[in-house]
Amino acid sequence: MTASAPPDGPVIELRGINKSFGPVQVLHDVAFSVHPGEVTALVGDNGAGKSTLVKCIGGIHPIDSGEYLFRKEPGGEPVPVHVGSPRAAAALGIEIVYQDLALCDNLDIVQNMFLGREEKSGIVLDEYEMERKAAETLAGLSVRTVKSVRQQVASLSGGQRQTVAIAKAVLWNSRVVILDEPTAALGVAQTQQVLELVRRLADKGLAVVLISHNMNDVFAVSDRIAALYLGQMAAQVKTCDVTHAQVVELITSGRSGDLGLAGTNGNGNGARA
Amino acid sequence: MSAVLSKEKSEQDTAAGSLSGLAGGYLARVRGGDMGSLPAVAALIALCLFFWAAQPSFMSQGNFANLFTQGAAGIVIAMGLVFVLLLGEIDLSAGFTSGVCAAVLAVALTQQGWPWYAAVVISLITGLVIGLVLGLVVVRIGIPSFVVTLAAFLALQGVALKIMDNGTNISVHDKTVLAIANDNVPVVLGWVLCAVAVLGYAGVLLLRRRGRVTRGLATESTAVLGLKIGGLAVLLGALVFVLSMERGRNPEFSSLKGMPIVVPLVAVLLVVWTFVLNRTSFGRHIYAVGGNQEAARRAGIDVNRIRIMAFVLCSTMAAVGGLIAASRANSVDPNTGGSDVLLKAVGAAVIGGTSLFGGRGRMIDAVLGGMVIAVIDNGMGLMGYSAGTKFIVTGLVLLLAAGVDALSRKRALPGR
Repeated sequence: MTASAPPDGPVIELRGINKSFGPVQVLHDVAFSVHPGEVTALVGDNGAGKSTLVKCIGGIHPIDSGEYLFRKEPGGEPVPVHVGSPRAAAALGIEIVYQDLALCDNLDIVQNMFLGREEKSGIVLDEYEMERKAAETLAGLSVRTVKSVRQQVASLSGGQRQTVAIAKAVLWNSRVVILDEPTAALGVAQTQQVLELVRRLADKGLAVVLISHNMNDVFAVSDRIAALYLGQMAAQVKTCDVTHAQVVELITSGRSGDLGLAGTNGNGNGARA
Repeated sequence: MSAVLSKEKSEQDTAAGSLSGLAGGYLARVRGGDMGSLPAVAALIALCLFFWAAQPSFMSQGNFANLFTQGAAGIVIAMGLVFVLLLGEIDLSAGFTSGVCAAVLAVALTQQGWPWYAAVVISLITGLVIGLVLGLVVVRIGIPSFVVTLAAFLALQGVALKIMDNGTNISVHDKTVLAIANDNVPVVLGWVLCAVAVLGYAGVLLLRRRGRVTRGLATESTAVLGLKIGGLAVLLGALVFVLSMERGRNPEFSSLKGMPIVVPLVAVLLVVWTFVLNRTSFGRHIYAVGGNQEAARRAGIDVNRIRIMAFVLCSTMAAVGGLIAASRANSVDPNTGGSDVLLKAVGAAVIGGTSLFGGRGRMIDAVLGGMVIAVIDNGMGLMGYSAGTKFIVTGLVLLLAAGVDALSRKRALPGR
C-alpha cells in the first residue's frame, strides 16, 4: 500500500469545472481536490450539485469546461485526463458506490463483487479464483460481519450490503472510492461499522470521497470537508480547522466568517455574468 | 492478516462443508426466498404414492416409461421458458412456436422430401428466427413481453394453419424422427449412459474439490461428497433398472425394454443448459439481469443482448419440444403446441421452483415440474377422470406453485 502519513498531493484535482443541463448551470467554476489516504467529505444542501460533481468525476456526465487533473502514479505529476464514460473512470481506478448500491439480491457476495468482470479460465467461470480474491479483499478490509462469501445478498443486512458494495469498489485496485450517502439507510451500530470501514479505506492509502448529510458522520471520519453551495465550492477546509456550526453555515449560506464565498451574492470569483 | 484469514477459513470449513452445514445453507436460502427443488420433489413423491395407491397400474413398468415420453415435450419447452422467466419476462407463444416448428419439420420431411437432419435444422432455425423477432420487438420497441408474445400466440397459430393448408394433418414417416419419442435405448447402452453420468458427476465434484483445496478455500466434507454421488447413482440406477424391465405385452412377439430415447435427450439438454447457466458468464449475466437490471447495466453487462438471447433460446428449445411432440404423435396438426401446452410448460417451470418475478430458477426446475404435471395428467387419466377435471386440478396446482413463489418472495423482501 502507498504511504498514508504524508499525502503527496491530490490524486484528483478539478479546476474551474462548469456543467450545465440545458439552460440550468449546475456547477460554477468548481475547484475540488481529492487526496490519497484521506477521507474528503463532500457536503451541501439538496440541489447544491454534489451528485452532479460526483457524476462528472465518474464520467457519467461530461464536463462542459474546466481542468480534470489526475495523478496516475503516487508522487507523479498530475496530468489532464478526459473522463468521458464510467469505463474510463474505472480504468483510472475511480469507483463510485451509489446510494442504491446496485447489487443483485439473487446473487451471492462473490458473484456480485465480480459482476460484469468475471474471472474465467476458457469459457468457464473461475469460481475458485473469484472466491479467493473476494475473501481476501473482505479480510483485507477487516470485515468480520460477513459469515460466508457465498451468502446471497438477499440475506444480508443493510450494513453488510454497504460493506459488499464498498468491497466491490475496492477489489479492482482502485485509487479513488466515492461513496454516496453510505449511512443514510442504516441504524446506529451499522453506521458505526460502515464509518470504520470508510476510515480503514483511507488508512490503506485510498482516496475516499464521502457524500453525506450527517454532520456527525462527517466529523467522525473525514480529514477534509468540501462544502458546495448552489453549485459553487464554498470552501474546502481541513476538518480540524472548522467547527460543526461553521460547516452548517457554509452549507446553508455559502459563507461563515472569513470562510466561504466572498460577498452575499457570491460574485467574487464564481458567478457567471 | 493472513492468520485471521486462515482462522476464518477454517471456521467456514466446518460451517459450510458438513452435513449440518448443508441443511443450514438450505434454510438460509429459504429465508432468502428460495425454496429450491424441495416442494417439487415432495409433490412428485406424494403424487406418485397417491396414484399408486389409487390405481396400482400407475406404477407398472409400461406406464412408468410412458410418463417420460408424455412429459418430454413439455419439459423441453419449459426448459426454454426458464431463460425467459429468469429475466422476469414471459413467452406466451412458446407453445405455438413449437407447433410452427413442428409444421415446418413435417412439411420439409414429407412435401419437400428432405432428409431428417436437414428438416430438423430448418425447424430449429425457424425457432431461432421467431425468438429473435420476439426479442428484438420486446427490447428495441419496448413493448412488454406479455403483449408481444400474446400477439405472437395468435399470429403463430395462424402461421401453423397456413403451413398446413388450413388444417390438414401431416403424417411423419421418417424413421429417425419417429424414433425420438417412440424407440428405446438398448438396455446395455442405458447402463453405460447411467455409469457415464454418475462417473462424470463424481469427476466434476472431485475436480471442484481439488480446485478449491489448491486455493485454500472451504471444501465439502467427504460425507457430503459421497452422499451426493451415491444419491445420484442410486436414483439413476433405479431409473435405468425399472426402464430396463420388459414391458411388452407379448415379449416373444415384440420385446419392449430400455429407456425411451427422450430420457437421455432431456438429460443432455439439462446438463448443457445447467452448465451454461451456472458456469459461464452468459448464465451469470442472465441471473444478474433478472435480479437487478440497473445493477447489471452499471456493471457493464449488455442487458439488451442478454434479453434477446433469452427469447432466442426459449423459442429454439420450443422447436426441440415441437420435434418431440411431432415424433410422439407420429404427425403434426394445427393443434400441435396448442391448447394447454404452453400453460403446462409455464406451470412446469413454476412448480419446479422458477420464480415468475425473475432472477430465481434452474434448469432442473423444468424437469421436476414437468414430471409433476405429467404424473397428474397420467395418473388422473388412469383413474378415469375427464379432461375437464384434469384441467381444473392442473390449474389449481399451478396456482398453488405460483402462490408459494409469491409468498416466499414476500417473506424475503422485509430483509432488504
